[in-house]
Amino acid sequence: MNGLLRVIGGILVGDANADRVVPPSGFTAWLTTFTAGAMAFLAVFALALSLATGRLADRWSAELARTATVRISAPEGQMAAQEKAVLKVLTTTPGIKSARVMTDAEQRKLLEPWFGPDLPLDSLPIPKLIEVVERGSGPDIEGLRLRLAAEAPGAIYDDHTRWRRPLINAAARLRLLAAFSIGLIAFSTAAMITLAANAALAANATVISVLRLVGARDTYIARAFVRRFTVRAFGGALVGTILAVIGVFMLPSPAADGAFLSGLGFNGWGWGLPFVIPPLSAIVAFWATRRAAFRTLRGLS
Amino acid sequence: MIELANAAFTYGGEEILTDLNLRLAPGSFHFLTGPSGSGKTTLLRLCYMELLATHGQVNSFGVDVATMSRDQVALARRRIGIVHQDCQFLDHLSVAENIALPLEVSGRDASAEVGNLNELLAWVGLDRRAEAKPAQLSGGERQRAALARAVIMSPDVIIADEPTGNIDWEMALRLLQLLVELNKMGKTILIATHDLNLIRNAKKQVAARVLRIHKCKLQLAGADL
Repeated sequence: MNGLLRVIGGILVGDANADRVVPPSGFTAWLTTFTAGAMAFLAVFALALSLATGRLADRWSAELARTATVRISAPEGQMAAQEKAVLKVLTTTPGIKSARVMTDAEQRKLLEPWFGPDLPLDSLPIPKLIEVVERGSGPDIEGLRLRLAAEAPGAIYDDHTRWRRPLINAAARLRLLAAFSIGLIAFSTAAMITLAANAALAANATVISVLRLVGARDTYIARAFVRRFTVRAFGGALVGTILAVIGVFMLPSPAADGAFLSGLGFNGWGWGLPFVIPPLSAIVAFWATRRAAFRTLRGLS
Repeated sequence: MIELANAAFTYGGEEILTDLNLRLAPGSFHFLTGPSGSGKTTLLRLCYMELLATHGQVNSFGVDVATMSRDQVALARRRIGIVHQDCQFLDHLSVAENIALPLEVSGRDASAEVGNLNELLAWVGLDRRAEAKPAQLSGGERQRAALARAVIMSPDVIIADEPTGNIDWEMALRLLQLLVELNKMGKTILIATHDLNLIRNAKKQVAARVLRIHKCKLQLAGADL
């Protein structure tokens, strides 16, 4: 722990001597800062996507889990009796908050996308639908189905599991993809910073050679490079994160149209989450540069 | 100090140096001669551990170089002052900063040793050029600055590779004088040079031992000088 604090302290405070012996390098400085900034920008959007997908999955799951539908398909003469029997069963079943028969207008609206607005509902043998709202952990589904089968043979209880599962699976996959994207972004950042560090080390081969000849240890030489790249990555990632957070903040509010993409954003404490990215970028840069520096130094005598 | 025992160095299958036996005793003064390409620089690089012997053994301050860690090599180099023919300065630093570089990399506070640094600059005649950049120095000044950098840590051994190769005779004598003074202070000196006049001049002042590389081997070459 003390060692880690010493490393962080060393990076923040710096070593003026070690910094001075390596000449400033404009190209790698810009490359590192820009890369860290661009990657942080992308990471914020991937994070927002991941969180939005998680919220969406939870919402779909919760909304669909709380409701169910009873579909009654019975001959014309038995429809009313079965409807009454079903409502009786439902109102006396624990775990069911309410049950109501959907009106013809509501059913017409549900079928409108497929059959158009002028559907002659009376002349078609359309099943009757009863909307059920569950309470707590819901009813004992198997028991309820058996009771319905006994009281109203034409009634089928649908708890939406069939529809819910693929939606939740899709949301979970999307979330996984977003997390994978964040991982890829971190890996790409490390790769780009390693390339930039290698370029800086190669450009300063003479400096490194002189330092080794006058008795500098590898840690002394590496420190100068590592600190520079860590600070640059942190600065670039901070700017990228701030710009991306502003971009996410300016997206349309989800309340405006309720669409999925407009829900891309952060809620509450989630707005603080993107600001974990700059320190993480700095850690990635620290290890990538340190690894590159020591690998290069091991190749020198 | 530094000892080579049956050391050899092969590069790309070609034998560069073989059967090297050399002991740099404390306070000794050695010249190393030989034609260009004979392996003088390679031998020096073996001595300051920039190269590892492919056969035999090189000991630095009593430790087999082949067994040393990179940190041990760095620490051992602080006891060896090296003067290159091309000096090898950090061009973005001033002359004073370049000379103080060994202090800084060893973790010593260079600012606390300003007095020593100024004395050293005066000793090599560069006290008025302290803030100049290496590129602004003449060949002789660069060599003297390199010597100052080599001795600032008060090393036990000073190794110089053709230190007078790019400077005029007057400046070469001045540099030699500084090296002789260091030897009289007890420092071990090893100089690679093909300048026989310089060797003759040195032998008038110190008991210098002259070695020659001939056909990849090290020989004593004092009689004809």
